[in-house]
Amino acid sequence: MHELSLIAGMMDLIRNSADKNQITQISRIKLVVGKLSMALPHSLSFAFETLAQEELFKDAELLIEEREICCQCQQCQQQYVAEMPSRLFCPYCGSSDTQMLTGRELFIEFYEGD
Amino acid sequence: MAQIRMETNILGANDMLAAKNRRIFKEAGMLVVNLMSSPGSGKTTLLEKTIEGIKGRIRLGVIEGDLYTDQDAMRIENKGVEVVQINTEGTCHLDASMVEKAWRRLAHHPIQLLFIENVGNLVCPAEFDLGEHFKVVVLSTTEGHDKVLKYPLVFNQARAVVLNKIDLLPYTDFDMDAFSRDLQLVNPMVKVFRVSGRTGEGIDQWNQWLLEEVGKQHF
Repeated sequence: MHELSLIAGMMDLIRNSADKNQITQISRIKLVVGKLSMALPHSLSFAFETLAQEELFKDAELLIEEREICCQCQQCQQQYVAEMPSRLFCPYCGSSDTQMLTGRELFIEFYEGD
Repeated sequence: MAQIRMETNILGANDMLAAKNRRIFKEAGMLVVNLMSSPGSGKTTLLEKTIEGIKGRIRLGVIEGDLYTDQDAMRIENKGVEVVQINTEGTCHLDASMVEKAWRRLAHHPIQLLFIENVGNLVCPAEFDLGEHFKVVVLSTTEGHDKVLKYPLVFNQARAVVLNKIDLLPYTDFDMDAFSRDLQLVNPMVKVFRVSGRTGEGIDQWNQWLLEEVGKQHF
């Protein structure tokens, strides 16, 4: 449900940056979203379609890369991908003392325009 | 065609404000707890009981987040504690700027323990740092033990989980073993309190822990 405010925040950041870089038409935006972030790619896309009415964004395509939840076990030091957000424990030794390396991302990697 | 690399967190603006809040809270010498749960789990009742238990020993303040009403804030005010209402008017979570504005109205009160009661929602509030010292999740037995795995982020982020409505346990299908096991998977370090806001069961242990946490703050 908060995808709308996330996208509004993203557009503010890009608007400022585009202004500084004298870009008036954006063609692509690349967003990286971790699977443990509570933002759904589908809802982010929908929010963008709804909000991107102004000249700067109207022809922009939003690309979303989902990033896996990657953890490192603090007991046996193995690295692994957690298949589900609710299954973060180590599949090698069963320990739940793990450190999350990726999976909580929510950032703009780049945008393109003229 | 130009490509501009940003590598900028969308929540960056919120995170910066949260960091500012954290500095303000530190300078004010208080412990700040972000209280999160789904609607109807008993956050406000828990706060009422907490206030009754420790009001005489510590100076408390509450920031109440709610979509539209001030009913919860009135309940807290009736307990004789400083309270500021935030109405998010439809927004599903509190953010750092809302908390900063609310805090300005409390700033002249010497508060040692500030509760921020978030909007009832287990999804969105987990994403927004408010500048708190730690998060506490309230879950009630009537919601079911499966919520831990269904909303892992909020439980993963919590310093403590308060399992409320423990008096209703015999009338529910809440599986205590499954709850403990799942919580261990999602957050092995988390502290758990089993309480009843209605009967007062377990509130003393929760209050004792809060007082210890306030005492631990080295400002």
